[in-house]
Amino acid sequence: METKSKIEPLAQPLKEKILNEINELVMKCYQCGKCAAGCPLSGEMDYTPNQILRLLQIGDPLCDDEVLRSMGIWLCLTCDTCHSRCPQEVDFPHIMDFLRSESIKRRKVHPKAKEIIAFHRSFLESIEKTGRLHEVGLIASYKLKTFNLLQDVDLAPKMFVKGKLEIFPHRIKGKEAIARIFEKAMKEAEND
Amino acid sequence: MTKIGYFPGCSLNGTAKEYDLSLQAIARIADIELVELDDWNCCGATAAHSLNSTLAVALPARNLAIAEKMGLDEILVPCAACFSRLAQARYEIKSDEKYRTKIPQLIEMEIKGTANPITVLDFLNKYALDKIKDKLYNKLNAKFACYYGCLLTRPEHLSTIERREDPLVMEKIIYLSGGMPIDWAFKVECCGAGLSVVRTDIVGKLCAKILDDAQSRGADAIIVACPMCHSNLDMRRNEINKNLSTDNEIPVVYITQIIGLALGIDPKKLGFDKHFVPTDKFLHKLQKQTVEV
Amino acid sequence: MARIGVFVCHCGENISSTVDCAKVAEIASNYPGVVYSIDYKYMCSDPGQNLIKEAIQKHKLTGVVVAACSPRMHEPTFRKATAEAGLNPFLCEMANLREHCSWVHFREDSTTEKAAELVRVLVEKVKHNEELFPIKVPITKTALVIGGGIGGIQAALDIANSGHKVIMVEKNPSIGGKMAQLSETFPTLDCSQCILTPRMVEVAQHPNITLYTYAEIESVDGFIGNFKVTIRQKAKSVDHKACTGCGLCIEKCPIKKIPDEFNAGLGNRAAIYVPFPQAVPNKPVIDRNNCTYFLKGKCGLCKKVCPADAIHYEQEDELIKVDVGAIVAATGFDIKHSDFFPEYGYGKYADVIDGLQFERLASASGPTLGVLKRPSDGKEPESIVFIACAGSRDPAKGIPYCSKICCMYTAKHAMLFKHKNHHGKATVFYMDIRAGGKMYDEFVRRAIEEDDVNYIRGRVSRIYEKNGKLIVCGVDTLLNSRPVEIEADMVVLATAAIANSDSEELAQKLHISYDPYHFFSEAHPKLRPVETNTAGIMLAGACQAPKDIPDTVSQASGTAAKVVALFSQDELTREPLIAYVNNNTCVGCFLCQSVCPYLAIEKEEIRRRDGTLVKTVAKINPGLCQGCGTCVALCRSKSIDIHGYTNRQIYAEVSALFNRREYAGV
Repeated sequence: METKSKIEPLAQPLKEKILNEINELVMKCYQCGKCAAGCPLSGEMDYTPNQILRLLQIGDPLCDDEVLRSMGIWLCLTCDTCHSRCPQEVDFPHIMDFLRSESIKRRKVHPKAKEIIAFHRSFLESIEKTGRLHEVGLIASYKLKTFNLLQDVDLAPKMFVKGKLEIFPHRIKGKEAIARIFEKAMKEAEND
Repeated sequence: MTKIGYFPGCSLNGTAKEYDLSLQAIARIADIELVELDDWNCCGATAAHSLNSTLAVALPARNLAIAEKMGLDEILVPCAACFSRLAQARYEIKSDEKYRTKIPQLIEMEIKGTANPITVLDFLNKYALDKIKDKLYNKLNAKFACYYGCLLTRPEHLSTIERREDPLVMEKIIYLSGGMPIDWAFKVECCGAGLSVVRTDIVGKLCAKILDDAQSRGADAIIVACPMCHSNLDMRRNEINKNLSTDNEIPVVYITQIIGLALGIDPKKLGFDKHFVPTDKFLHKLQKQTVEV
Repeated sequence: MARIGVFVCHCGENISSTVDCAKVAEIASNYPGVVYSIDYKYMCSDPGQNLIKEAIQKHKLTGVVVAACSPRMHEPTFRKATAEAGLNPFLCEMANLREHCSWVHFREDSTTEKAAELVRVLVEKVKHNEELFPIKVPITKTALVIGGGIGGIQAALDIANSGHKVIMVEKNPSIGGKMAQLSETFPTLDCSQCILTPRMVEVAQHPNITLYTYAEIESVDGFIGNFKVTIRQKAKSVDHKACTGCGLCIEKCPIKKIPDEFNAGLGNRAAIYVPFPQAVPNKPVIDRNNCTYFLKGKCGLCKKVCPADAIHYEQEDELIKVDVGAIVAATGFDIKHSDFFPEYGYGKYADVIDGLQFERLASASGPTLGVLKRPSDGKEPESIVFIACAGSRDPAKGIPYCSKICCMYTAKHAMLFKHKNHHGKATVFYMDIRAGGKMYDEFVRRAIEEDDVNYIRGRVSRIYEKNGKLIVCGVDTLLNSRPVEIEADMVVLATAAIANSDSEELAQKLHISYDPYHFFSEAHPKLRPVETNTAGIMLAGACQAPKDIPDTVSQASGTAAKVVALFSQDELTREPLIAYVNNNTCVGCFLCQSVCPYLAIEKEEIRRRDGTLVKTVAKINPGLCQGCGTCVALCRSKSIDIHGYTNRQIYAEVSALFNRREYAGV
C-alpha cells in the first residue's frame, strides 16, 4: 500500500529533474563562459549557454520558467563545441535536448521558435508516414504549417533539375513498424 | 571481396547523390561490396532528438538491428549526421540499461549493439585506401581546405578522430591523392546544420566565416565528408555571399569525389554536375595542371 | 588483579549533549575490574587531569580508561598525567566517545548505551596492557637537501647556519631553480636574480654545505636519524677542480643549436654549457646526448682548446654514499606547455607561449636581452592576451586544482608588458582573481588602475592565427556574456603548475606518499604541513603543492626548524608501539619482510655459544618500524605482535563486544 502523500511540492526545480532524468549536474558549471565563447550562436541567443545554466542553478521557478521560454534553447545546433571544451565536462547539448522537450511539454515555447518546431514536426511526420525523409513532402508540410510559402522557391526547381528532388516519396516496407515506433515513443513522452 | 554494411541515409538518395555516386565508384575500384541495409529508415536527425529522446534512439536502433540481422559487423554511414545518430543510439543501448530493455519493445526487433557504425573517413583509412593507393595517378595540383564540421569530431565519445580540435586525417588522404591540403582555422566550426531551412540567415552567417577563411588562405576547393555541411556550403551560397563583400565561388567537394578524380574517373560519373556552385573552373584548373605534370 | 579507573569526559557539550555521561560512568563502575568511575565536564583541563592523578594514587589503579575525544587529540595529555601519577603511561587508554559516538548519533538511550560499550571494550583491553618504554635511536646530524631552488637553498642555509652539516643535491648543472629564470617578482617587482644570486653564492661558499650539482638521488635506505643515501653524480665530463670557468670551450663548441632549457626553449645553447651567466657552480658540463664527440666519437674541440686540461671525456657516473639524519625534499615543480592545449593550437603557434617563456623574454638575461619580441618573427608585440587558468581548475584536462601562482604572475606579466610598451594593449582573460596575500590584491589593482590592463572575466574558447595575428575568442561574462574577439600579437598562457615528471619515482625512493597529481603529501594538511608521513623526511616548496616564492621560503624555514629541532637531541625518542618477534616460534619464512612497506624487517641469525647457526629469524628495526601491523597479519606462525596492540588486547576488545548488554542497565 502506498501511503505517501500524493501532494508533490508545487514545482520541482528543473535542475533536480535534469539530475534525476538525464544525470547531468548543472551545479558543476562555474560560469567561466568558455561555452558561450565557443558557441557559434551565442551572439544570437537571448541567453547564452552559461546563462541558461546559471538560471537553472538558482533553482527558482521563475528562473526555470525563463529558461523554458527562452529562444536560446531552440537555436542550439547541438554542435557540441561547448561540451567538448567545457572544463567541467557539463554535457550541455544533452541538457538542451531535455529543455526543449520540457518546454514543449509545458507549453512554454518561445513564439519565434514555433517555426523551428514546425520544421522538426514536419520532418518527423514525413518519417512517420514513409519511413524516410521526403524533401518535397517535408517542405510542403512545413510551408502549410508556417505559411512561409515563398521560402526557398528558387532552390526547388534547381534541385529538381539536378536530380536531387523526388516528387513521390519512397515508402519503406516496414512503414507500419515505423508508425508503431512513433506511437509508442509519443505515448511514453506524454506519460512522463 | 570485402563486404561491409551500407546505410546511405536519406541525403545520399536525394540532395547528396554525388556523394553516393563517388563513394560507390571508389568502392568498385577498391573491390569492396557495400551491402545496403534492407528496408532502412531515416535516422531521425535533429528533429527526433530535439523533440523526443526515445524516438532519437529508436529510429536509428532499428537500422542497427537490421544490420545485426543481416550479420554485418560494420555499417558504413557516409552522412556524418546519420553516423552521429546511429553511433549515439548504439552507445545508449550499450551503456544504458533503460534503453537496453525499452528499445527492443519499440522496434519489435532484437538488438545487441554488435553492428558498429563507421564514418567515411574510417572506411577510407581502414578498407579503401590500401587497395586504391597504387591507382591514384592523377596529380591534383590544387589547394584544399578540409572541412570536418561538428559531427565527425564531436562529441568525444563517438568520434574516432585524433586531434579533434585540429584533425589531420582528411589532410592525409588529400595528400595521398596528390592534392595540397592547407592549414586553416575553421575546419571544426559549425555550419549551422539543422537550421538550414528555418533560419537560413544564421546558416548564411556561419558558413560565410568558414568560406571566407578558406578563400583568404587560397583554397581552390573545400573538402567535406557530410551532406549537411555540403548542402549548407553549396546550396546556400547565395545566402552566404550576402554576408561577404565579394562573391565566394569556391566549390565544395566531397572527399570521395576528390579521390575519384585522383583515380582518373570522369567528373560526370562523380556527380560534379550536381553542385550548385559551379565546379567547371575548378575542374578545368585541375585538368590543365594534370596535363602539365 | 586489575584495578581500572574510568574517567568520562563531557567535552563541554560535545559529548554530553547526546550521551548521558553520568550514566556511562555509573554503568562502567559495574564492569569487572573497575574500581573507580567518574564523569567530569573537561577531563583535559588541569582539574580534570588532577582527578585522574589523584585516583591513580588513592585507588592504586593498574589501568586508566579516559572516555573522551579522539586519541589523536589528547592521548599524549592523559598519558603524561598518568605518568606523573607514577603509572606507566602506556597503561592509559582512550575510548573515543566524541567522534565515534556523540557527534554521529542523536540523543537517545542507545547512544549512551553505545558509549558505555566503547568504554567496556577499552576496559577489557587495558587489562592486558603492558608497561612499555620509549625507544632511543641515535641521530646523524647531517641533513640532505634534494633540490637547489629557492626552497632548497633557504632550508639548506637555515640548517647550515644553525651549525649542522648539509648535503645539497641538484639535478641540473646549476642551483637556482625556477626562481633564477624569473624576470621580476611580485608584488614588489624587484629583480629575481638580484635577490637570489647572493643566496646561491652563499650556498656554494658555506663551510657547512656540500654541494652536488648535476647529481640525482639513486637510493635511500634507513630511517629517521640514520638514513643511508646513495647519490649518483652524473659525469660532467669536466673536472671542476681544474676548470677555471674561462668559457673558451663553450665558445669553440660547434654544436650551438640545442634548445636552451634555461630560456624555456626560446634560445640556444652549446653542447658544453653553463646554463646561465650567474650559475653556481659557474663551470660547464657536457650534454652527452648532443655532443658530437659522444655521438660520433669525433670533434674533441673543447678538449683541444681547454687551457686547464679540464675536459675529461672518460669521466663516468659516480655513486656517492652519504649518511644523513634528515632529508628535505625541495624538488620544485614544472608547468604544462602550450602543446597541452588543443583549442589553443596544440602548440603549433609559436607566439602562444607559456608563463615561463614570457619571464625569459622579459628578463634582461634572456634571449632578447629583456626586449619583448615575439618568437615567430621577432616583432615587438603591440597587443598581448594573457590567459589565466590555462589548464588549472580544469577537471576535463585532468587538473582540477588551482595553481595558486598564476593570478599574481599574470598581473605581473601584464604590468611588465605595459611598462615596456606604454601604448600596448594588455588583455587578461580570467575566471577569478585569487590575490590573497600581503600586498597582493593591491598589486592586481595597480595593474588594472594604473597600468590600464583590461581584465575580461571569461575563459577563452579558442585561438587561431589569421594574417600574422592571433585571434582570441572569448566572452565577457560581466557584459551579458557578449562574444569578444581580440587580435593579439602574442598570447601568454598561465599554464598549470604540475609536479615534476620524476616526482613519483623520487617519492618511491624516499618512501613518502604523494597525491593523485604526484605532489608530495604532507603529514597533516593543517597541523603538520612540512613533515611527510615518513619520519625524518620533510618538504619545502612547490614539490608539495604549487607555491609562490614567499610561501616556499616560509615553508623552507619551517622545515629547517624541524630539522634543527631533530638535531638538537643526541638520541631520538620514539613511541614503542612497534612490532616485535617471538624468536622461539619464528620459522624464518620472511613473508613479513616481503610485505613490510617500511623495509623495517631484517634477518637475525641465532647462534649457539660455539657459533653454530641455530636458525635465522626476523628482526624488527625499531627505528624504521611504524607499527602498521601488516607483518602481524601475514605471519603464519603468529610470531609477530605489536606493542600496544597485541593480538591478546584486540581479542579482549572483540570478545567484550560479544558479551554486550550484560552490564548495560540502560
